[in-house]
Amino acid sequence: MSTQATQTRPGPSGASRLGALLRLRELPVTVALVALVIVTAAVNPLFLSPQGMKDLMLNATIMMLLAAGQTMVIVTRNIDLSVGSILGLVAFGTGSIFAAVPTMPIWLVLLVGVGFGALLGSLNGLLTVWAKVPSLVITLGTLYVFRGVNNGWAGPRQFFAGDRPEAFGNLSVDTLLGVPIITVLALAVVIVLAVYLAGARSGRDLYAIGSDPEAARLFGINTSTRVFTAFLVNGALAGLAGVLYASRFNAVGATTGSGLELDVVAAAVVGGVAIFGGSGTVIGAAIGAILLNTITSSLTALRVDKFWQQAIVGVLIITAILIDRLASLRHAKHLREREGRNV
Amino acid sequence: MSEHATVAVDTTAPLADVVPVRGPRWYAGRDATMVYILLAFLAYAALSIPRFASPVTTGFLLLDVVPTLLIAMPMTLIIVTGEIDLSVASIAGLSSAVLGVAWASGTGIWVSIFLALGAGLLAGIFNGVLVAYVGLPSLAVTIGTLALFRGLALVVIGDNAVANFPNEITALASAKLGTSGIPLVILPVVFVVLVFGLVLHHTAFGRGLYAMGYSKDAAHFVGINVGNSKFWLYVASGLVSAAAGVFWTLRYTSARSDNASGLELTVIAAVLLGGVSIFGGKGSIPGVLAGVLLIGSLNYALRLGRVSDVVLVTVTGLLLIASVIAPSVSAAVGRWRHSQRLRRHLARDQGAEPG
Amino acid sequence: MSIPRTTHTKRVGALTATLAAAALALSACAGGGTTPAGSEGASGSAKTDATITFIPKQLNNPYTDVVLGGGKTAATAAGFATANVVGPLEASASSQVTFINAETQAGTNAIVIAANDPDAVCSALDEARTAGAKIVAFDSDTNPECRDVFISQVVAKDVALIQTKLISEQIGGAGEIAILSATANATNQNEWIKFMEEELKSNPDYKDIKLVAKVYGDDDDAKSFQEAQGLMQAHPNLKGIISPTTVGIAATARYLSTSQYKGKVALTGLGLPNEMRSFVKDGTVSEFALWDPAQLGEVAAYAAKALVDGTITGAVGDKFTAGDLGERTIEDGGIVIVGPPTVFNKDNIDDYDF
Repeated sequence: MSTQATQTRPGPSGASRLGALLRLRELPVTVALVALVIVTAAVNPLFLSPQGMKDLMLNATIMMLLAAGQTMVIVTRNIDLSVGSILGLVAFGTGSIFAAVPTMPIWLVLLVGVGFGALLGSLNGLLTVWAKVPSLVITLGTLYVFRGVNNGWAGPRQFFAGDRPEAFGNLSVDTLLGVPIITVLALAVVIVLAVYLAGARSGRDLYAIGSDPEAARLFGINTSTRVFTAFLVNGALAGLAGVLYASRFNAVGATTGSGLELDVVAAAVVGGVAIFGGSGTVIGAAIGAILLNTITSSLTALRVDKFWQQAIVGVLIITAILIDRLASLRHAKHLREREGRNV
Repeated sequence: MSEHATVAVDTTAPLADVVPVRGPRWYAGRDATMVYILLAFLAYAALSIPRFASPVTTGFLLLDVVPTLLIAMPMTLIIVTGEIDLSVASIAGLSSAVLGVAWASGTGIWVSIFLALGAGLLAGIFNGVLVAYVGLPSLAVTIGTLALFRGLALVVIGDNAVANFPNEITALASAKLGTSGIPLVILPVVFVVLVFGLVLHHTAFGRGLYAMGYSKDAAHFVGINVGNSKFWLYVASGLVSAAAGVFWTLRYTSARSDNASGLELTVIAAVLLGGVSIFGGKGSIPGVLAGVLLIGSLNYALRLGRVSDVVLVTVTGLLLIASVIAPSVSAAVGRWRHSQRLRRHLARDQGAEPG
Repeated sequence: MSIPRTTHTKRVGALTATLAAAALALSACAGGGTTPAGSEGASGSAKTDATITFIPKQLNNPYTDVVLGGGKTAATAAGFATANVVGPLEASASSQVTFINAETQAGTNAIVIAANDPDAVCSALDEARTAGAKIVAFDSDTNPECRDVFISQVVAKDVALIQTKLISEQIGGAGEIAILSATANATNQNEWIKFMEEELKSNPDYKDIKLVAKVYGDDDDAKSFQEAQGLMQAHPNLKGIISPTTVGIAATARYLSTSQYKGKVALTGLGLPNEMRSFVKDGTVSEFALWDPAQLGEVAAYAAKALVDGTITGAVGDKFTAGDLGERTIEDGGIVIVGPPTVFNKDNIDDYDF
């Protein structure tokens, strides 16, 4: 599956073939999302009212950022389970900053949050790369450590929406062409990341590392730096998500964001990101995040018994992996046939 | 290893006197280290924490670790083969829900327990088929079934809690063996531990699991049926997780859909702490036993000392990181010392020649 | 892939060693075990070395923090030598059991608990009582057989009635309403909801009010927020929401205040003035209710002391003095009532700080 090997020079035909493949990966989740929205809207027109649309977008925003960041890490055949804890720490940090300095400019808070997240993410990256141990274990460890620090730091304290400047809270109320500001921000980040992963040399390297770490190293890719960067960017995105969380929700405290990690990985998997690296796009993951959030909303809007919600999400994840498996089998067969002709 | 080959000096002979003399391997391995850490901690806790050294502790502590200990057994075998099962806690929740609903609808208690175990068995078969025969990545599959089985638990029992289990059964779940403070339920648990220990360490099947962890293809070529082995591991995992769910329900006399939620991460943390490599191919039941007991007694000691859970959460995380980094650190230190020694020897040899 | 044969003996050795060592370390010192607290308890006279431990539903919850603040202060005033607070970080059914066990072993004289699940804590509490501890339930009751007394914030029916009255006033006595509660198993919330439903059915004043949904936010901010949002979408004609939990009402208020429903959909329930202040001032919420949480902790502490001293046994009709709050009587079902709820609105909310 080494994309580097099959395309030495991405000529026009190579690019279009690659494009077709990427579309294929994202196609099922997109179809599912569209079908879900149409069915729900047909039954409950309120679902697509301006307020309904706004709620849908706001719900998906935070998960979208986390899933996009997670994709960076997963394509390198790693995983970051600590994102929920990072989000919690940054969200509480945001609350603390505004409590201490209410006049702090919002852009500065965003910057501090992203920086704080990047710092925590780089810790994951450093431990994974330097100690050469599986990131699943390292980030399971930091999941606990970051959460512990958050609990120790926050204690019983919580910060509420009323403690933060109104302009900050309005980021998740005001809209730009009908799209909430924080969603615009998140979309911009996701698109930048998508372009980087698909276009930039160092972005393509991440896929090469995920497909075959040894081959990537032999190919001359500095795998340590690349993997470290992926963790750092993921941390930064979780940091951004933390700040936006504080803008949207009422309370930030010791338990903010706990248990998010598996939802994030699930969103990426549903969006067609292969869990063992090498393939998948941030756009797919973002759509996966939107789909999972939309399911929750549409089941409520359809007044389906909420007990079914989680089971349906589970079925969806398994379906997504099955489709992915079928697609890659077909792709492998295709490649074999072509090779057969060439010989 | 390659370092030895590249140096054109015979390093083995002159170094022999410097290398520390190693004893028999069984008390120097990774799992033995865990046992030492556990013993050191128990000794420390017994001396410094008032009331820790008492039969009451034995009882409460062992009851607390039973679910983790049970599920850690199949989990060890699964991780040794290089796979993982994240759905265990959800299976326990599902079995709890089935037990509760069956009992509430008038089914006999033993039949209800049987049904709960059956639900776990089916859940395990589902995981096993997808991982072993369809060939899907276990991490992704079990994230899916983590949501699915917990969701089914909700569908089965909803928001209700069933609590009116017969007293003689719930009393059995926390009964003690005479005055020793050791819970009765430990007997079947020890049996389970022994079975899994024997299977992993004393059968061809167990050796096959290590082989699969090292290299799936190699295992296949030497005649191990990779698919079947994995399938049975997931079935065992489903059944044991369901048993843990039944115990959980009876001990807390409450069947709810959210029972044991989040337990999967605790189990995996304990297993990895016990020296099992997440890449597969490495690990042992005694090490895992020590890992589970270490987390359990640490937990209980902190409770007894009224130390906040915050510390526990942080310490668990640090221990986990330390346990995987330690080999890397010691390897790095080893390499550094080796090269230092080598340099010294080379310098001595070169210094000796002209003189 | 070959596994050296020697490892088998090594592993059996280590396995036996682990089991034996753990058993030895724990049981060998058993001779020096401790005496349970109860055996030394003399009844009738005030104990001066008594200890009390509060076990809330979960730590790091602002409401709980106010309750415990009152409780700890009163515990010292009542004459407890030491007062501790322990508890889980997450409010799950079984998470409180190990804390009860540890307190049993520590020989604590009084355990004051807000149960996450009325049955899950029972067997552990029974063991604590056997060892001599007195059990006071507060905030959320356990099974009545497992505790000595239950300190209730308010008369359950009163707190239900005041919420139905507030919502009826706010929506003009007619329209669809919904309830956003904590967890589906919360004993206290469920009792209030039951009284609310009965009242809506039986009181002719409320005949035009229709309860269309009950949802649960699990006392989690983000979950309650999304449940509120779902309610609005599923029930377009919704006129009002009752949220009888402090986390739920604050999250719902946050959602309403950031949506087009602000000022159009009424919201009332039980909330903390400090959390609700900004929503009352911006018009999202006009009136809500609560008791003084600190008093709940105070009465619980005094009741615990009276039980430990043996001046009360938990029988109906027993009386004890709760410090400055005056005399309290144990009523039917072993329940002690703290006091009437207070209604907060923009005129009086600044007078309260909790």
